[in-house]
Amino acid sequence: MADNLNKLKITPASFKTVTAANVDAQEKISTPSLTFFQDAIRRLRKNRAAMISFWLLLVIVIISVVSIWWTPSNPNAQNVAYANLPPKIGQGIPGFSGQANVGGRIVDKYAQANVPKGTYYILGTDYLGRDLFSRLMKGVALSLLIGLLATLFDLAIGVSYGLISGWHGGRTDNIMQRIIEIISSIPNLVIVILMLLLFTPGLNSIVMAMGLTGWITMARLVRAETLTLKSQEYVLAARTLGESPVKIAVKHLIPNLSSTIIIQTMFSIPTAIFFEAFLSFIGIGIPAPNASLGTLLADGQKAFRFLPYQMWYPAAVLSIIMIAFNLLADGLRDAFDPKTQE
Amino acid sequence: MGKYILKRIGYLILTLFIIATATFFLMKLMPGSPYANQAKMTTEQIKIMDQQYGLNKPVYQQYWLYMAGLLHGDFGTSFQFNNQPVSYLIASRIGPSMQIGLQAIILGTGLGILLGAIAAIRKNTWVDTVATFFAIIGRSIPNFVFAVILQFFLAFKLGLFPIALWDGFSSSILPTIALAMAPLATTARFMRTEMVDVLNSDYIELARAKGNSPWQTVAKHALRNSLIPVVTIIGPMAVDLMVGSMVVENIFSIPGIGEQFVKSITTNDYPTIMGLTILYSTLLVVVILIVDILYGLIDPRIRLSSEVQN
Repeated sequence: MADNLNKLKITPASFKTVTAANVDAQEKISTPSLTFFQDAIRRLRKNRAAMISFWLLLVIVIISVVSIWWTPSNPNAQNVAYANLPPKIGQGIPGFSGQANVGGRIVDKYAQANVPKGTYYILGTDYLGRDLFSRLMKGVALSLLIGLLATLFDLAIGVSYGLISGWHGGRTDNIMQRIIEIISSIPNLVIVILMLLLFTPGLNSIVMAMGLTGWITMARLVRAETLTLKSQEYVLAARTLGESPVKIAVKHLIPNLSSTIIIQTMFSIPTAIFFEAFLSFIGIGIPAPNASLGTLLADGQKAFRFLPYQMWYPAAVLSIIMIAFNLLADGLRDAFDPKTQE
Repeated sequence: MGKYILKRIGYLILTLFIIATATFFLMKLMPGSPYANQAKMTTEQIKIMDQQYGLNKPVYQQYWLYMAGLLHGDFGTSFQFNNQPVSYLIASRIGPSMQIGLQAIILGTGLGILLGAIAAIRKNTWVDTVATFFAIIGRSIPNFVFAVILQFFLAFKLGLFPIALWDGFSSSILPTIALAMAPLATTARFMRTEMVDVLNSDYIELARAKGNSPWQTVAKHALRNSLIPVVTIIGPMAVDLMVGSMVVENIFSIPGIGEQFVKSITTNDYPTIMGLTILYSTLLVVVILIVDILYGLIDPRIRLSSEVQN
């Protein structure tokens, strides 16, 4: 200790005068300042699971968009002669060689059905000889479309309901909240099923039924946030300046609600996809012959003991989509609201 | 507290009344005929059938009779299943559903609490990563996919369990596991967050400072306090179970109410659909009420804030 003190010699020369100009240079923020969104995206990029999910979903979405104009073959064209062919990509690839185990013997199903050389069904065919890969492409597209449309409904109804309820407060809020309480105490599925019985099953009725039930959570979240936001000074300022409530909602409330809305949207897409799959699986969803993930699974399940490949691929794709959406939604939530991450 | 409970019960009755009314009128709007072979029937026959089911009366009278019947536990007569009263149909089928549902919720929450607690204690280690991974899988993959996978590998390939049969405990294992996945994932996730919070609090540090072993601290202090909020997710989990049971019961051919509901939908059996809708809603509303009251009893802070609000 004493040694150190002796070694340390402090002379006036050890000090440097700080000038005013110097302060500016030191205090300068050298990196560009980030907006809230840029910051959130920066955090999201660091989340590996969420980014992998994002790219995976992007690929799936691109493939589905492609399927609107092009599929390897017509997904609804039946060819009973080629029914129940196993997957084939080429000779000798395990699982994709076009061979099946019939009674303990390996049989080349493609040769049996006299399929011309060079004609492969990547994921095989179903009991009507329809190309499963094409059907899967179309099915994913339809499921994603339902997820998207149901979410748009959810956004439109949920956000405006929540805003109105939270903004008005008082008796309006009370009545609107009681209505939500009653609707939310009926199991969602029961409402969806009743709606589907009332309308003819199909894309429109499924989307409508889900749109009518899915907005509750969104409305609740938006209302709760609106209640706190509306007492903020900038909202008060806007009101004092005579801004109309609609303009305040669009210009001040919605931008501040955007993170909540984005996160909730990301969670409602997989929920809608699940519901569609569920409804089609029990037979009141998308009507034949159109393919969706649910109908493919239901068809596959009927024959899964003997032709398991007909079920594995739709099941795998559905699971991957669900996991990816959930991971991305988790990532977004952590990115937008870092406080939740411990 | 008493006033709060009374108020909640009042809302409950109002809710159930609205649900019953809405279902009744929705059913009246439904397309399709309840008689499978109406095309072959003469107008006279249809008239007699209508009279037997009370369908010839004006709608408001039918509504009145139906609501009065509900108060006596009379859900009407099924159109399809040998003219059985709906209440009898439900009573004979609720057993298997309840058994599977309870088993699933016990298995799911039990394992979920364990998994969540372990993940929280071993936070940011590989144990945590594995537990989180399982929770995401359980939350993302639909239960009917689980059901089919279990059926294929454990029942069909390995022959450990019956494929689709209702005969004793062994046939309830696979449906229970399939249904338990979602509650397991939800509980584990929730438990982990709560536990991490609790483990960071001062009283845990105090407990450790007093010389308790890490496991003693967790078992005696942390676990109890993290369990309180977990009670709140029982309500949403009950909903998941109801939805799940419809399709899982179908896959495993279990004679429960979920399977009955799906069957009734495809056969336009209005009284049964109505009865089951009301039953599902009642179960749900009652579960949520019990959970809310329980929560208030367990955690005095909640009771206070809810009394202030109301």
